[in-house]
Amino acid sequence: MKTYQAFITITLRASILDVQGKTVENSLHSLHMPALSNVRIGKHIQLDVQAVDTEAAEALVHDACKKLLTNPIMEDYTIQLRETVGKGALA
Amino acid sequence: MTIGVVTFPGSNCDADARHAVVTTGNSVAQLWHKDTSLPSGLDAIILPGGFSYGDYLRTGAIARFSPIMNEVIRFANDGGTVFGICNGFQILCEAGLLPGALIRNQNLQFVCKDVYLKVENNTTRFTRATSKGDVLRIPIAHGDGRYTATEEQLDEIEGNGQILYRYCSANGAYSDAANPNGSARHIAGVSNKQGNVMGLMPHPERAIEQLLGYADGRTVFESLALN
Repeated sequence: MKTYQAFITITLRASILDVQGKTVENSLHSLHMPALSNVRIGKHIQLDVQAVDTEAAEALVHDACKKLLTNPIMEDYTIQLRETVGKGALA
Repeated sequence: MTIGVVTFPGSNCDADARHAVVTTGNSVAQLWHKDTSLPSGLDAIILPGGFSYGDYLRTGAIARFSPIMNEVIRFANDGGTVFGICNGFQILCEAGLLPGALIRNQNLQFVCKDVYLKVENNTTRFTRATSKGDVLRIPIAHGDGRYTATEEQLDEIEGNGQILYRYCSANGAYSDAANPNGSARHIAGVSNKQGNVMGLMPHPERAIEQLLGYADGRTVFESLALN
């Protein structure tokens, strides 16, 4: 068994108006930063996974995302995995 | 009609819902989120408003996996009447018993005020004590009430008559100003395709006593009593 650390990024689906993102974007523009656009605000979830290999770890995290961590009707997500050294995950 | 009202950790409208049930000619059964069976003779279940599990992760996302939800889903799939109010609506969407999802209000604010709703379909178990086009005054109190679904899904639920209530002005007109949260197509309440499950964002159980000024919320519970 290996230990992985998973970093999950969740954002509203592109088709859904992200009002928080829009508000922050307007605020950035009012701070004279017109070069910044397409602000999307989401969630970051970090967790440890025990699995035999990267593929199995990824499958477990996808399963968790589909069942609980995200709502596919309104959200998209991406996963990044990093194998951690030793028993525990990095803080 | 015997109606069970579920209490989740964080429910805060369960007592109001029970009051609404009994003052409209129904009898009530108290249900607990850890229950693994339903009492016999139950005719309907209400998932009340509140902030179950602190709204952590997403509204309704954790409550949807409460032990009692297995029974609620089974009850609904067997054709039983299930009614979710506010947080209860969010839980039913998360459970997949209703189409769509409820996301952050368009103005990013928690909105607590009276709104007007127009009855779009009065042929359901939740609306049969009303007439199509009736305008009801009902309070809302939510931060995540913007109903959303894909355009195809919205066309489908509209075509099936699953939109039971829409936000409107006092005289029944639809406008962005009368839509308190930015819900798609002004949707305030939807049912599933079979018509036995409904979610409603406003709180009819808070508009039950004429003493408090208006009692339009009675119609929902009186509709249930007619079943």
